[in-house]
Amino acid sequence: MIKILRKDRWSPYLVGTGIGMLSWVTFAWMNKTLGVSTTMVRAAGAMESVVAKSHVESNAYFVKYLGTALEPKPVFEWQFALVVMLFFGALLAAKLAGSKFEEQVPGLWAWRFGSSKWIRYLGAFLGGVILLFGARMAGGCTSGHGISGALQLAVSSWAFFLSMIVGGAITAFIIFGKGGRDHV
Amino acid sequence: MFENFFADPVTLFKGALAGLVFGFLLQKGGVTRYRVILGQFLLKNFTVIKVMLTAIVVGGVGIYAMRAMGLEVALHIKNAALLGNVLGGLIFGVGMAILGFCPGTGVAAMADGARHAIPGVLGMLVGAALYAEAYPFLKSEILGIGDFGKATLDSVTGLSPWWFIALTAVIAIVGFVGLERWEKRRA
Repeated sequence: MIKILRKDRWSPYLVGTGIGMLSWVTFAWMNKTLGVSTTMVRAAGAMESVVAKSHVESNAYFVKYLGTALEPKPVFEWQFALVVMLFFGALLAAKLAGSKFEEQVPGLWAWRFGSSKWIRYLGAFLGGVILLFGARMAGGCTSGHGISGALQLAVSSWAFFLSMIVGGAITAFIIFGKGGRDHV
Repeated sequence: MFENFFADPVTLFKGALAGLVFGFLLQKGGVTRYRVILGQFLLKNFTVIKVMLTAIVVGGVGIYAMRAMGLEVALHIKNAALLGNVLGGLIFGVGMAILGFCPGTGVAAMADGARHAIPGVLGMLVGAALYAEAYPFLKSEILGIGDFGKATLDSVTGLSPWWFIALTAVIAIVGFVGLERWEKRRA
């Protein structure tokens, strides 16, 4: 058992099966679905409220997830706990495998944009902004729509899943081109 | 708005447990790596689609089987506001190709040595805040278009959900066998 946990990589089919079975547990026992991006909304709202409380409380989108001043909803709820422990789960997996992996600028990015760490950080930041904006417009991300929604056969989730693949592939080919394949 | 900051401990424990397992699996699957995600979009490395499709098939079979056995397992269907789903999906894809992670794998990647995932996750928080500002406009102009409510493939076609689960399983299995052969030939 320990040997398996220390293994560097698992088969993607094994990992997929594990995530599928994890979703059985979240549906049947917890009455919840695996998801991540709503937590970014709660976290952003909570942080923004430190400097602009009334602005956050008057925003319809934040109210949807965080409630109103009179009827507040918890910030740190099921999915928030999931996202925090997601970090530690990945950390545990990496440590058990003895991973020393550290990356500031990925090879493919460096091949296209140079090895400047700050240019990559700026790119990653902008990518994150675009990514989450899209996720919220669609109503979920790779977990909430791509896995949890698609397995329930939700029309919304399959529409998102296919659009996401198309959008990502087109963007990757525009940015890196076919030559990028030699660097991933 | 922030008076009851924490949900009850049992709920938090359950979420924490699910997150721990989820993060562990994502790292073991290698999808916490930039090159694996970009390899998928550049159609060279198919790890992401293997993980996702397997999870969809295994998850779907189990959840619909539990429901068929009469267990009380509620579905959680998100609204099919198709213009929002498709436009949002395309925008999401653009962001994911630039960042090289999605929200879940981005958080996990921070723990897996990817320093550049940190500004990525900070960007996500800013993206969430920007979306909240744009929400009133988007709600009135975009999110109402193509709204079919909580539609599922079986509810819109009137067919049994098992047809779609079987179809997804067949596509997955045929696709995976083909992919494995192709990968072996290329190697």
